[in-house]
Amino acid sequence: MRARIRLTLGPILYYWPRARVFAFYEEMAHARPDVIYLGETVCSRRRELRADDWLDLARELAANGSQVVLSSQVLLESEPDVKAMRRLAENGEFLVEANDMGAVRVLQARTAFVAGASLNVFNAQSLQLLGELGAVRWVVAPEISAAELAPIQAARAPGMQTEVLAYGRVPLAYSARCFTARHFRLQKDLCEFRCLQQEQGLRLRTREAEPFLVLNGIQTLSDHVHNLVGALPQLRDLGVDLLRISPQAQHTARILQLFRAALEGAAGGADSSAIREEVRALMPAQACNGFWHGLAGMDEAAA
Amino acid sequence: MPSPAAHKVELVCPAGSLPALRLAVDNGADCVYVGFRDQTNARNFAGLNFDDAALREGLHYAHRAQAQVFLALNTYPQADSWPRWTRAVDRAAELGVDAIIMADPALMAYARRTHPQLRLHLSVQGSATNHEAINFYHDHFGITRAVLPRVLALPQIRHVIANTPVAIEVFGFGGLCVMVEGRCALSAYATGVSPNCDGACSPAKAVRWEQTETGMEARLNSILIDRFAPQERAGYPTLCKGRFAVDGSVDGEPYYAFEEPASLNAMDLLPELVRAGVRAIKIEGRQRSPAYVAQVTRVWRQALDACLADVDGFHVAPAWTHALAQQSEGENVTLGAYDRPWK
Repeated sequence: MRARIRLTLGPILYYWPRARVFAFYEEMAHARPDVIYLGETVCSRRRELRADDWLDLARELAANGSQVVLSSQVLLESEPDVKAMRRLAENGEFLVEANDMGAVRVLQARTAFVAGASLNVFNAQSLQLLGELGAVRWVVAPEISAAELAPIQAARAPGMQTEVLAYGRVPLAYSARCFTARHFRLQKDLCEFRCLQQEQGLRLRTREAEPFLVLNGIQTLSDHVHNLVGALPQLRDLGVDLLRISPQAQHTARILQLFRAALEGAAGGADSSAIREEVRALMPAQACNGFWHGLAGMDEAAA
Repeated sequence: MPSPAAHKVELVCPAGSLPALRLAVDNGADCVYVGFRDQTNARNFAGLNFDDAALREGLHYAHRAQAQVFLALNTYPQADSWPRWTRAVDRAAELGVDAIIMADPALMAYARRTHPQLRLHLSVQGSATNHEAINFYHDHFGITRAVLPRVLALPQIRHVIANTPVAIEVFGFGGLCVMVEGRCALSAYATGVSPNCDGACSPAKAVRWEQTETGMEARLNSILIDRFAPQERAGYPTLCKGRFAVDGSVDGEPYYAFEEPASLNAMDLLPELVRAGVRAIKIEGRQRSPAYVAQVTRVWRQALDACLADVDGFHVAPAWTHALAQQSEGENVTLGAYDRPWK
């Protein structure tokens, strides 16, 4: 019999004030997801928490019973970026999610690691290769569909854990430019840390007012909320080991509870349609799941 | 006193067809890069690219003129189509291309194992923006060259070069991705077609033009990317080049939320790039016409020769700028991330 699917909490993608980050993780300590990913993955200018603050937080959350993983920055441009990544990779205490091949190079042969979603693993052969270098878990790139995932799952090495983004706005793109600073007509290096005032980024609409994307500094997110609560049986059949909930500004603890209930529901007979409806009601935008169904990501197919 | 550059810098030019390849070679390209006619490369457009016969002929033509031919195999194979990509590697080796440009680690491993004599370059689609990442591909697959994503500033390029044995190639001219190549799923989100897996961004088949009372509308899979007033030049609706409005902003006017439509022309920075130790300058545009390839190659050949002969005395001739401006998509050119006015 297969082990139960575990719930993970992805890193906070937005830039929240220090006190808010601590308050958020205090709440998460109560919600106690199986795994918590910590750290700043988007922008090196975001320093409300320093490396040591993240480590302290990691220790507290680990002592509380969650597995803690430190996530590395996705876009490494400067030597300070590389140095910060190296310090993270060499922390010696916590598992690290490598979000760039540079991080893989530092981690390989040193310690086990998690292969992040931005590593562009699109086939079983690349997964195999990362496994040989020490990856014990991989986070599936959001653009991979269930049909594309199936053969990779079938071929994966024993012990390789698969994690799928199950809820949240999808990270779609990274740039050297900061689109939040651009919006406020500020230079990137003199950005006044405007992201601090956008608890869920800047929502972008088309010229006919349709919500489309979200600007989050140098990162672009989907406007629509990727939601696989309706695909749990399929995820289980595919042998997915972990489902990621990506923190949103509101209701993250409740979303974790609902996913947990939905996962247990299959066994315990909980009313899954009520759960699905509540998940939907708590979203900051309309739902999507197109990537999972092999469609345009922003589409929504019936589960 | 002229100060010749200490090293050779190659001019790498695009070709989407045999006529374009010939013109690139005739006009002084050191290397021409091409792709097969399918989704194994990042310019998977209808009517473009090479079958085996055309590539064989192109190789013959280029090699006779001492020019090299690189093959782009720079998309990510998926499980069901893996054999198509490995077969493409085999074809490239059998035909005798001078190097293949790749992004997928496992495909590089395959090429290394199966054709150890074949030179491997890391594609810009590999998203390697730092020396640790580039050295990763060097350690494992023996890549000899890496193409940098168009997001790095000059000091960062210098730093990368100082910390890797891998030769560095940078883009000098052509279309510009504002997002890190290989780390952009915007097109996949809006249309289901992705540069990573399908070799195309904002694909033509998803584009719809419509003249309305408020202007010419350009849609991508029904999403309004931009609307152009009668006097405005209506650009192709590449997703990140559209105009959008930010919710709740004081002036809720639509604007170019990502970047003004502009193409890259880094010719002003050529001496800096040469001094930095860049080993090759790449021209974007396999999807462009043979006339574009001929014109841009000719101008860049002249500029690069002038720069390599006297790097300190180099300046851009007005005639070059004029000739290149005619080939740019849209009226504006930019130095891109190399020189960061927005930093």
